[in-house]
Amino acid sequence: MPPASSMTPASLPSRPPALRLVDVACRRGERLLFTGLNETLEPGELLWLRGGNGRGKTSLLRLVAGLAAPEHGRILWDDVPVRRSPRFQRDLVYVAHANALKDDLTAAEALAFLARVHGRDAAPAAVRAALARFGLAGRERTPVRSLSQGLRRRVSLARLALAPEPGLWVLDEPFDSLDIGATATLHEVLDGHRARGGSVLLTSHHLPLSVDAAGHALPAPRTLDLDALVAGRPAVAGAFAVAAPAETA
Amino acid sequence: MNGAVFAAVYLRDLRLAWRRRVEAALPVAFFIVAASLFPLGVGPEPQMLRQIAPGVVWVCALLAAMLSMPPLFASDLADGSLEQLLLAPDAALAVAAAKDAAHWTISGAPLVVAAPLLGLLLGLPSEELPVLFVSLILGTPVLSLLGGVGAALTLGLRSAGMLIVLIVLPLAIPALIFGTGAVAAVDAGQSPSGHLSLLGALLIACGLGAPVATGAALRIALE
Repeated sequence: MPPASSMTPASLPSRPPALRLVDVACRRGERLLFTGLNETLEPGELLWLRGGNGRGKTSLLRLVAGLAAPEHGRILWDDVPVRRSPRFQRDLVYVAHANALKDDLTAAEALAFLARVHGRDAAPAAVRAALARFGLAGRERTPVRSLSQGLRRRVSLARLALAPEPGLWVLDEPFDSLDIGATATLHEVLDGHRARGGSVLLTSHHLPLSVDAAGHALPAPRTLDLDALVAGRPAVAGAFAVAAPAETA
Repeated sequence: MNGAVFAAVYLRDLRLAWRRRVEAALPVAFFIVAASLFPLGVGPEPQMLRQIAPGVVWVCALLAAMLSMPPLFASDLADGSLEQLLLAPDAALAVAAAKDAAHWTISGAPLVVAAPLLGLLLGLPSEELPVLFVSLILGTPVLSLLGGVGAALTLGLRSAGMLIVLIVLPLAIPALIFGTGAVAAVDAGQSPSGHLSLLGALLIACGLGAPVATGAALRIALE
């Protein structure tokens, strides 16, 4: 059996669904952030969402996660609107900018709670393994209030290790506060997920993506630049840039 | 309703309350202190205290329940938990019901337990204490359910605590009337069953409607 990292999405027996954004517009208050967004995120792909402050990156992630409705357009998972798709709820992992951890819970309790509400394996062994994957072995019983910001981020990201199915991961600034070791771990986890046919939509201001994926048969990460979308009028074809990240050169 | 989400949120809130025991005990402490002030304020006349006792206990219970309402959803909103809880479309109802149930367990149940003691303190006859107890068992969940609606409607707003009180207090007037009326009926030699039945009907109506309204308000707050 080939290692997971060398498996291509096409080699998987059942192809996971794709995420499709069709003519999506987003409004925040009186301000139209972007409009005319058309994009497809295929299984195994990673889409890096870029743009300046206030361009609507987090808003777009929330639209995709189904937490808000777009001003216009449709967001589809397996050709079903995400807000009405039971499959999407099973396939989605959304790690927001806020870690969603309670100070008075231990790291293991906080992670188990999030796993439970999302219908994932919350058994103590699975939670311990997920925390260990992000370098938190031995800190399972440490209260969240005692953890540094970086360690809290690791606990939040450990949810990814509890989601083995090839679904959609929507990550808002996942590299924030992480040290070099945790950043490398996150790259490995993301690569493993993509190798299983999962897709990733993430935003980051400082994305040192592991695009040097030598030995991988994975599609190259792509970028979606919200700065290129002109708010207030429909974007013309190609108005948003989809290309390999230039920062990696 | 999503049972797994309900159980997870309910048990988590109980665990958090246990870890913040002092904070969780504040409403019942307020309840006891506020009710204890009445003999000092209106005078120690036993007959008058006995007459106002049901009203004092009920009003103090109502205010104590409101005291613990503002943080019901606010802390989950602030730390990002609410977004995670509402990712599934069918989760809002379960979250609302679980938070209401946890609020009653943490804040309402201690009020119910403490109420007969306050009744004794105010000179309430022993035959009226069980009725006061039952009226609060039926009435305090109504306060939690209505408070949940108010907390969800004011989520993220400034002065949310005051707004909750202004929204919920008028809605809680029927519970107050039927609750105190049940005890007054016993005092007048009548059966309290009519008042308690109406209180029960109010609880059923709130139990069916309030979590739905709360869930919808939470969704709107996150949009």
